[in-house]
Amino acid sequence: MIPEIGHFSLIVALSFAFVLATLPLIGVYKNNPAFIRLAKPAAFGQFAFMAFSFACLIYAFTVNDFSVKYVAANSNTQLPMIFKVSATWGAHEGSLLLWALILALWTLAAGFFSQSLPENLRATLLSILGMVSIGFTFFILLTSNPFERLMEIPQEGRSLNPLLQDIGLAIHPPMLYVGYVGMAVAFAFAVAVLLRGEFKMAWADWARRFTVVAWAFLTLGIALGSWWAYYELGWGGWWFWDPVENASLLPWIIATALIHSLGVTAKRGIFQSWTILLAILAFALSLLGTFLVRSGVLTSVHAFTSDPSRGVFILVFLVIVVGVSLWIYSIKAHEITKQKRFTFISKESFLLLNNVILVAMMATVLLGTIYPLILDALGLAKLSVGAPYFNTVMLPLTIPLAIMMGLGFFSQWIEDKPKRLLEKLWLPLFASLLVAFLVPLLLLPEFSGLAVLGLFMSSWIAFTALFWLLKGNHAKLVKPSMQNLGSSLAHIGFAVTLTGITITSLYSIEKDVRLDLGERYQINEYEFEFKGVSQKEVDNYLASEGLIVVYQNGTELTRLYPEKRMYLSQTMPMTEAGIDAQLSRDLFVALGERLTDTAWAVRLQYKPFVRWIWLGSILMALGGLIAITQRRHAKVKVSQAPKAKSDNSNPAKTSGQGVAQA
Amino acid sequence: MKIKMQVHSWTSSMSAALFAILLFSTSCFAAIETYQFDTAQQEADYNQLIDELRCLVCQNQNLADSNADLAKDLRQQVHKMLVTEKANKQQIVDFMVARYGEFVLYKPPVENHTLLLWFGPMLFLLIGFFALFSYVKRQKNLPAEVE
Amino acid sequence: MKKQLIPLGIFAALVAFLAIGLTLDPQKLPSPLIGKPAAEFDLPELYTQEPFSPSQLQGKPWILNIWASWCVSCRQEHKLLVDFSKGNQTIIVGLNYKDTPDEAKAWLKELGNPYTITVEDPQGKAGIDWGVYGVPETFVIDARGIIRHKFTGPLTKKRLREELLPLLAEFEKEAIQDEN
Repeated sequence: MIPEIGHFSLIVALSFAFVLATLPLIGVYKNNPAFIRLAKPAAFGQFAFMAFSFACLIYAFTVNDFSVKYVAANSNTQLPMIFKVSATWGAHEGSLLLWALILALWTLAAGFFSQSLPENLRATLLSILGMVSIGFTFFILLTSNPFERLMEIPQEGRSLNPLLQDIGLAIHPPMLYVGYVGMAVAFAFAVAVLLRGEFKMAWADWARRFTVVAWAFLTLGIALGSWWAYYELGWGGWWFWDPVENASLLPWIIATALIHSLGVTAKRGIFQSWTILLAILAFALSLLGTFLVRSGVLTSVHAFTSDPSRGVFILVFLVIVVGVSLWIYSIKAHEITKQKRFTFISKESFLLLNNVILVAMMATVLLGTIYPLILDALGLAKLSVGAPYFNTVMLPLTIPLAIMMGLGFFSQWIEDKPKRLLEKLWLPLFASLLVAFLVPLLLLPEFSGLAVLGLFMSSWIAFTALFWLLKGNHAKLVKPSMQNLGSSLAHIGFAVTLTGITITSLYSIEKDVRLDLGERYQINEYEFEFKGVSQKEVDNYLASEGLIVVYQNGTELTRLYPEKRMYLSQTMPMTEAGIDAQLSRDLFVALGERLTDTAWAVRLQYKPFVRWIWLGSILMALGGLIAITQRRHAKVKVSQAPKAKSDNSNPAKTSGQGVAQA
Repeated sequence: MKIKMQVHSWTSSMSAALFAILLFSTSCFAAIETYQFDTAQQEADYNQLIDELRCLVCQNQNLADSNADLAKDLRQQVHKMLVTEKANKQQIVDFMVARYGEFVLYKPPVENHTLLLWFGPMLFLLIGFFALFSYVKRQKNLPAEVE
Repeated sequence: MKKQLIPLGIFAALVAFLAIGLTLDPQKLPSPLIGKPAAEFDLPELYTQEPFSPSQLQGKPWILNIWASWCVSCRQEHKLLVDFSKGNQTIIVGLNYKDTPDEAKAWLKELGNPYTITVEDPQGKAGIDWGVYGVPETFVIDARGIIRHKFTGPLTKKRLREELLPLLAEFEKEAIQDEN
């Protein structure tokens, strides 16, 4: 009964989506306030029924209702309860329902947190979100219904892949989806603004806040995936440039550009055309990601499903959503006439340059990802494009990006002078050069030109951010605004991640060795002593558990317990690495095969600074969330009542944006 | 004991394809072999080669990360060619490409049909710079703002 | 207006590729050995242990079938091969890939032996030279010893009828032309 109720609830949610997509929009064009006011209640109704539907699905999992096809395919009575719940979004149908639910949640948020927007714009915005919702909900109901029943009810479900029975992996999809789906809000803003011709509005400020939240979750979602792959897959990798990973990186890169562009539009009112285009692009890339993961056009370890028929549906949806918006853009964009003067050396120019680099990076990742597909479609060749390619081409793009990240903060709006910039920047420049050369010379095992480059980039970004935080464009220390605190922290976070990537890529050591009982192997100042393997029986698997004692400079530091697990429902063993984690380095051991009675093949890894990669992403997300708590810029022109705060006279609060005010 | 290997499952039903995917994805895991090398350079070459060569029976993994039987065989082949036959990296790459096609390389060679791939990134950047340059050039000649 | 159509244009091109992509199979791999001479090997025959090499088969087209007793899909095509071998004179060489002789012999005993010659490749070394990456695979070699076609996956009645038989007929014709 419950699955049917869940199914029905989904259909009710769809009907609310229909109401949301049509009536408020009609109300806007026919000047019918009653219709316009339906937007928020419709959004609420949609969310409520979507949430209820999802709850029904979770319920089916918790009570082991194997009459539901999706539950039988993804769960099992032996599964711990928490993983029964997370199995809900562990495969195609359920994850789509989660997508739809999160979309409904964002729609609700967009309705509730935009009170000071003119009603017409808000209603249009919500209607557009409603249309997107219709598309997704239809997709679920027509091709991917999670509530489908089985005629013959199995006694036991097919278990979840043991790889997926992990808390890190359980949170990773929801975080990503909040990110992906959140791009729809900026998208809806962009299209609504185009349709309404309301280019004077400070819509950009609202859109930016929503986008930053989405971006922060996307950052965390990607980082979680990377971290999970690192400790779970057993061989210390943290990014593989797999198509599905790239699919998450594409909207992230554009969202970063979008956030900065929205900042300029909110502040100066210009770049509207570009910002709108970026907003459409960000969501388009989210949808493209959905397509790539579920259609089977690209080969990936992550692919949820390879169903060309579902792929067709998503592609059609993509064409409608993006095609129509781009068409509206081509018609209406010329109405955007606001232009303001700025010169080559100016904050506007530098931020735009940053955007250009970010878009080039996105285009590069996209090109590499679909290039095999392009050549195959043209019948030219069957190629593979993998990590070696991406690692090679992304570096030259990261260098100008890093440079601009530093310049961008300190430059002034409209017109700046190189001499002034040099005055502000010579100290961070000097500090960065110092770090870049001294650290590899004195602290790292060997000198490397690439290390110098990487460290220079990270230090430059970090120092400029720090100096900005402390002084802004002033001569002495000032208390930073939330905006400045947030953006500095986010930039520092990026620098931290970049440092981690640089050092771990250049100085990691990996050795596969044969160790007999009592034998030791040395890496740097650590010795790994193999103490044998014992057998264990747990829950739903049998494990061979090894013991490795680690010595640092002769004294015992820690004991690691790498495992090889044979899950009862699988035929291949899973490796669980033994990790000693510290900020400065990870020690990583994994069991290979048994070679003789007492000797085993063991993989030992020394991974310096690898934690910095994920630590940086936490700082980035935190920075973003702090930045948006900034009170809205008082100079924002709002067509409604004089509710504007009168504290715009306080220079400290708004100085972060640059002193020159138009 | 039977070792799981790649079996071409020739059925058009989607569930079979899905199962096949699950099958491959659980068989392609970290493989740990204790190969010996004569020089550090050889070891470095070996590691680079198994990073850049693709495991054909896996869902997008290189030889280094895969535990599939074919991957094991090919790693052994790479090792043999490097250490016993003293072949260089290019010879090993050519060997693999002759038998498995360019598909086996994760780093595509620079040829006519990959020019766009390799020069695309710089091209995108240059196009962007140029577009930006023209735009700013127009902007800076606007009259200064009055407020 | 023109400039603003560029994004739409790029998007349209992208969609076109993705749409075509839906009809393609990213895992399908054409063999680079088509048109190249059959790779040499020197493997023992399964029953007699006599060494066998493809150079012994010049002058007539022949088929190389890669199979193994642990391979489930091979069972599907085996019956087809057995029937084919009964009605057709073409030489079929069976290459027993990464298997053990006992299991191979038992399998053939149970399911029939369509092979003119069966060789064993327990380590898959010859397999690598033929670009084998799974089982079953079937190669068709012409009278001059050039690999002309590769079937990946089990043979089906359809593929036999529509591809294999016409190819063999063509190669027979070529062989006769060569002799003249």
